[in-house]
Amino acid sequence: MDSALIPRGVKRCPLWQFLLFISVVGAVLLWGVYAMLLCWIKGLNQTNMNDYYGFAIWIWADLAVIAVGGGAFFTGLLTYIFGKDELKSIINYAVLIGFICYSSALLILAYDIGQPLRGWFIFWHANVHSMLTEVAFCLSCYFGVLTIEFIPLILENRQIDRVPFFHHLSHNMHEIMAVFAATGVFLSFFHQGSLGGVAGVLFGRPFAFREGILIWPWTFFLFTWSAAACGPCFTILITKITETVTRKKLVKDSAIELLAKISGWMILTYIIAKTADTWYWATVTAPSMGQTLMDFYSNNPLYGIWILFAEIVICGFVPAAILITKKGRKNSVALWIAVILAVVGVCINRWVMVLQVMAVPVMSFDYWAMYFPSWQEIATTILPVAYGIILVGLAHRYLPVFPDESELNPIETLPAEEEETVEPPVDLEQELKPAEA
Amino acid sequence: MKHKKAKKYGMVINLDKCTGCGSCMVACMAENNVPFRKDESDKLLSITWMRVYKLTNGKPFPNTDICYLPRPCMHCEGQHEGHSPCVTVCPAVATDYNIETGIVSQIYTRCFGCRYCMASCPYKARYFNWWDPVWPDGMEKYLSPNVSPRMRGVVEKCSFCFHRYQMAKEKAFMEGRRELKEDEYQTACTQACPAGAITFGDLNNPNHAVYRMVKPDPKHHGRPTNPNAFRLLERLGTNPKVYYLSSREWVRRVGDNYLKNESIAKKTVHQG
Ligand code: SF4
Ligand code: SF4
Repeated sequence: MDSALIPRGVKRCPLWQFLLFISVVGAVLLWGVYAMLLCWIKGLNQTNMNDYYGFAIWIWADLAVIAVGGGAFFTGLLTYIFGKDELKSIINYAVLIGFICYSSALLILAYDIGQPLRGWFIFWHANVHSMLTEVAFCLSCYFGVLTIEFIPLILENRQIDRVPFFHHLSHNMHEIMAVFAATGVFLSFFHQGSLGGVAGVLFGRPFAFREGILIWPWTFFLFTWSAAACGPCFTILITKITETVTRKKLVKDSAIELLAKISGWMILTYIIAKTADTWYWATVTAPSMGQTLMDFYSNNPLYGIWILFAEIVICGFVPAAILITKKGRKNSVALWIAVILAVVGVCINRWVMVLQVMAVPVMSFDYWAMYFPSWQEIATTILPVAYGIILVGLAHRYLPVFPDESELNPIETLPAEEEETVEPPVDLEQELKPAEA
Repeated sequence: MKHKKAKKYGMVINLDKCTGCGSCMVACMAENNVPFRKDESDKLLSITWMRVYKLTNGKPFPNTDICYLPRPCMHCEGQHEGHSPCVTVCPAVATDYNIETGIVSQIYTRCFGCRYCMASCPYKARYFNWWDPVWPDGMEKYLSPNVSPRMRGVVEKCSFCFHRYQMAKEKAFMEGRRELKEDEYQTACTQACPAGAITFGDLNNPNHAVYRMVKPDPKHHGRPTNPNAFRLLERLGTNPKVYYLSSREWVRRVGDNYLKNESIAKKTVHQG
């Protein structure tokens, strides 16, 4: 039924199957929307936050999606600025994933704040000394850039592309994509970094505080670095998941392998820097404030030294070791493991730097703030995931996200499949023509 | 005209005198229209601008000792004036450092409830309005007209009864004076404490009791020179304007974090 919208030369599942899939995910999305409305209408008392633990689980999700969404800017950098042409096979998808991640991040911020209608105060009454102000500005600008990067892909939809204006617009936007990619890299550097700064500047919280250069604590650089390192792993992971779900190859191996290799070296360098940072913090910074490393990892039921081990060794050095070796990258299982670990690692890092900070007591007579999210928090945290799946589904079905898909999956024209798979007959195309006008 | 030195209002709390009766907490709530709910059993959701903590030395009987520690907002000065942990992070300048008085204010109509300031405050002196205030029937009539009640979704904290300062200034102005007398501006908790454990005044004024009690060292951001005086978490460099006095060493030690074999005397001020 919707075959006129499906890109040429590719095969998609029947419409009923697609709609069924969308409605199942849509139900989850509605559940999240309901919880979000509850938070807006009734207030943040719908969460399990309290005055000791003032950040909800969704703030971790916010930081995590921004980190893994870093694949967009870094892949853009490699493709358009460093001219790694192999990555053209995956760049569209990286942009789409980045767009989903960043729109989700902005949505989360909208229900995270106590007075959503005053959200614009962050721009209007901006405190230029606050890292959060920097985050808000760069995040919004970068979302604009991502939207611009995403638009040409939408314009390439078969029907939209037939309108000459849109066709040329998309072509011209492609021509100058390097400019947007460069802007995106610049903005990403600052908002990824300032998100790290958000935690690192908290000099009242020895668990989060880090020294640094001028106004930027080390976490500023570590956050940008880790996003650039692990973001591409997320792009690979989502590509692999999409390939598994659609049961076909969508991106050339050369693209995946190149991205994995660069990502591997980035993770390795990042994790060495992270280790050095942790070492200095544990042996110099924290003791100067009268605290030892184990003060942050004991006397409570959850937060143990295992977190540090999991983040740095299991989800840091291990994926790096796999990805920097050719054998590791070429072995499908090892690649899967590596990208999953890398993504988990960066998510643990964001969780530690934003939520564990709230849990650790500072005054010697204070206690750990343990917390479990309410169902409303969980639903609103899952909401962006459902939204992302739907958008990926729609984009995959109707947009030429994967330029090499038709080459990788040549269609044998069996008569029975014809209706679903191949271009519509000429007369149908002609019939559609008047609609363009 | 001679340059008038800015004020630096601060508080000294004598922990040897505090009995933990909680009068300061009650007085504060009444003075500042602090909202409360029917069920206040979950203390992590209770708004207590002034909160009394109970400390123990952790020793078994008969050496057990306890101490009550009232904790308002410390009105941190930071490493340079205005560099309070919370003021520097607020993205919307909804909490501000007043250079004239050293008081850290909270602008309720500007705060949009991001709670970043709560994350920054190591004293947990900041509270979020999880609900809109609901007053028991008729209680609206007893609210203070000098303090605006807060709405849901914003952060609030101790203001050192800033409205009292404004009223005292107005009164002085009407009488043709520019300077306030020491007793003209006092916080509600100071006046309510039956044990007289709280003293309030200008830490920049050598004639004020607070100054004489702690003898702040201007070279070290006001670190007390009285050996019995201390500030909470001195080593973080927040430079609070609330000082504590105690003749007991374990109490003074509880005021900060120390490594196992570190003595109080040896401590270094971080970032200092
Ligand atoms: S005690 Fe907390 S709220 Fe008060 S000034 Fe210091 S950091 Fe800010
Ligand atoms: S909660 Fe309000 S006062 Fe605190 S940082 Fe956010 S806007 Fe500023």
